[in-house]
Amino acid sequence: MTELVLTDLHKRLLNDFQRDFPLSERPYQAIAEQLGVSESTVLSALTELSQQQLISRVGPIIRPNHIGVSTLAAIAVPQAELETVANTISRYPEINHNYEREHELNLWFVVIADNNEQLAAVIASIEAETGYPVLQFPLLHDFYIDLGFNLDWQHVG
Amino acid sequence: MLDNSDRRLLASIQQGLPLCSRPYAEIGQRLGLPETEVINRLSALNQQGLIKRMGVIVKHRSLGYQANAMVVWNIPDAEVTTVGQQMSTFPFVNLCYQRPRHPDWPYNLYCMIHGKDRETVLTQLEQLTQTLNLTHIAKTVLFSRRCFKQQGARYRLTHQES
Repeated sequence: MTELVLTDLHKRLLNDFQRDFPLSERPYQAIAEQLGVSESTVLSALTELSQQQLISRVGPIIRPNHIGVSTLAAIAVPQAELETVANTISRYPEINHNYEREHELNLWFVVIADNNEQLAAVIASIEAETGYPVLQFPLLHDFYIDLGFNLDWQHVG
Repeated sequence: MLDNSDRRLLASIQQGLPLCSRPYAEIGQRLGLPETEVINRLSALNQQGLIKRMGVIVKHRSLGYQANAMVVWNIPDAEVTTVGQQMSTFPFVNLCYQRPRHPDWPYNLYCMIHGKDRETVLTQLEQLTQTLNLTHIAKTVLFSRRCFKQQGARYRLTHQES
């Protein structure tokens, strides 16, 4: 895939429309009007950004634990086994992200489920399959007011 | 709170709105709801704060923000709410959560800092630590290495009608 050269339109779409997405019949038309371009130009630019994996979606960030339940979890895995164990965990559809971090507790993932029983079952299954205990760090309080991610274009590229 | 239509609506858009001229009409068609009801329900969910924000969700790693630090702090319980609220106002802080401690894991406050490189992130962390007078507080910085999986929340809502 050829790399997308970011135009001013791409940059504005990436930075200026992370919140307050229009809740009107033709939201992309409303954005297009703000940018002085056509609706189809906005739609193709967003499609390009999505195809290039620069955006994951246009959509909502849903407050955690209001539909379904979730927890951050971590396990300590010897380096030699890390990739295998990580891939085992990633295969569960209930895992929505899974990162290696620089610590003895080195594999951190988020489990999302419809209810507590399902969540507990997934954790138990991961423990049984990997042979390592899973530490759970469920959210107690969310202090973060999400206004989006402010992009500094000198950093991008 | 959330009724069944709200839950189905959130589940149907959590992976993104369709990129077409009338996305709310298309979602409505999938769910058997009129376009205006989709818009009104989403507006209400937005106002209630169940939707934290709606818009373009960027992939910061692909955009050059390769350094991602999860910083965990051991804040006295009586102060965690105040400190958490203050921490979340720093522009470079991308998440700020209170979580339970464990034996051998005394940390109860988590924040995330995404930056171009480690040096930038560590400088921002130092600024945060100094400004909030947290120099005496035990903390650990866990930079991310490999990303094995990253996707938006995917609630399946298996007990709901599809």
